[in-house]
Amino acid sequence: MTLYRKAAIVGVAESDEIGVVPDKSALQLHAEAARNALEDAGIDKSEVDAIFTAGLGIMDSVLIAEYLGITPRYSDSTQVGGASFEFHVQHAAAAIAAGICNVALITHGQVNYSDRQRPWRRTRRWTYADPWLPASQFEGPHGAGTAPSVYAMAAMRHMYQYGTTQEQLAEIAVATRKWAQLNPKALMRDPLTIEDVLNSPYIAYPLHLYDCCLVTDAGGACVVVSPERARDCRKPPVWLLGAGESHTHISIYSMPDLTKTPAEIAAPLAYKMAGLGPQDMDVVEIYDSFTYTVLVCLEDLGFCKKGEGGAFVSGQRTAPGGDFPLNTSGGGLSYTHPGMFGMFLIIEAVRQLRGECGPRQVPGAKTALICGVGGVLSSAGVLILGRD
Amino acid sequence: MTQKRTNKTVPIPMPEARPFWEGCKKRQLLLPYCPHCQDYFWYPRPFCPRCFRWQVEWRQASGRGTLYTYAIQYRALNPEWAEDVPYVTAVVELEEGVRLFTLLVDCEPQPDKIRIGMPVEVVFEDLSEEVTIPRFRPVREEKR
Repeated sequence: MTLYRKAAIVGVAESDEIGVVPDKSALQLHAEAARNALEDAGIDKSEVDAIFTAGLGIMDSVLIAEYLGITPRYSDSTQVGGASFEFHVQHAAAAIAAGICNVALITHGQVNYSDRQRPWRRTRRWTYADPWLPASQFEGPHGAGTAPSVYAMAAMRHMYQYGTTQEQLAEIAVATRKWAQLNPKALMRDPLTIEDVLNSPYIAYPLHLYDCCLVTDAGGACVVVSPERARDCRKPPVWLLGAGESHTHISIYSMPDLTKTPAEIAAPLAYKMAGLGPQDMDVVEIYDSFTYTVLVCLEDLGFCKKGEGGAFVSGQRTAPGGDFPLNTSGGGLSYTHPGMFGMFLIIEAVRQLRGECGPRQVPGAKTALICGVGGVLSSAGVLILGRD
Repeated sequence: MTQKRTNKTVPIPMPEARPFWEGCKKRQLLLPYCPHCQDYFWYPRPFCPRCFRWQVEWRQASGRGTLYTYAIQYRALNPEWAEDVPYVTAVVELEEGVRLFTLLVDCEPQPDKIRIGMPVEVVFEDLSEEVTIPRFRPVREEKR
């Protein structure tokens, strides 16, 4: 047995507001998104029997279930960084297929932008707060500490090994901004050129400011149900056709190959389950924590050969009107990115498959590939979705 | 931590990594080695992460390697590093085959001064009376 068509996504939504939301807690954003996703599905909260979330600290799903007033029979706080929600979808489908639950609610909410102004958040929960962790011994004392600081080192190795250029990375930022200009919910909608990207300050060389994702406040949620329950929802089901997940390291010094991600492991699992290949995908949503994340994942997902990601994205190929619709929401680079973007990849893919995307709709999209990435290219969750 | 010689947080050695940190105090770069796999591994654990045998030897490394990758850091989220920007973080590949995360020192934070593949060597920095940390610096031409 595989999970092919064993579950469907029937509801997706953001919180009522996304972007800069100073007057709401992270929990409220979870709840707003949950309400909106259940409404999108036409399912009452009382039917929810499984809860999935990540990113709140400890006992995430227990906290969210209490806050929402849900007593689940399946609970999952899997936290693998930004890819957590792709993992959750596969886990939900497996639990549904095993008959343990019927209606799974996956929620997300973070207020990382507004938290910067909050005095009680100024003492951050440092990655290196516990001295008896390997990263506190062998990485933190050498000046690591931010995602850009480490992604830049992976990008640099790719540039060295394959001749990838800063201009090619900028192509991704520019194409993604063009999609954002078609999404009224996107935070950054001003025109952006390759020169703008290359002239923006360095955050961590070789990555410029516009190579890096936003930091926003936002919530998102999705509802995953059994095939039987999917027949009676408000909107047509979006089927899970394939799923794969893996992780290879938590620190860059343990990364088996700096130019590869665990998407290289997860993608073949998802393609095999779906009985499809990269050439069959109509729309692709890849976690764009950084422009480089997208470039390397395009290779690992099999859309081009290893080392050819730079050439692949050149000439604005992934922009609206190009032949490879990618990150059609405007992505973490221009639409929203509250800390973990994985949920918003799912939301956009489902909307594309339903034909709900207005000016940014990819005409006739029947299949979508989602690639969530977490940590420092640590984890990857690949989902392949399709409609009837 | 008496006699701290840095404004940075000084590592508190994990029990399984104590031989490594003790080596640093003696200006020796000690690496964990698995006699079964006949290979080094990084980072220190009381077992080999490949074969999961719990027999680990500590062997002194040459302290030489090459620059595997780097980045020039312009923003420090950690306020301890705020006044150090721009500085260079790096991964070095040692002659013994393992890759270590490090601060690249004695090197201008300029892309044209740094070359992936260039030879590097260990240099020890005393963070306190108890803790010494290995950094790496480019090997100067006349020393090669």
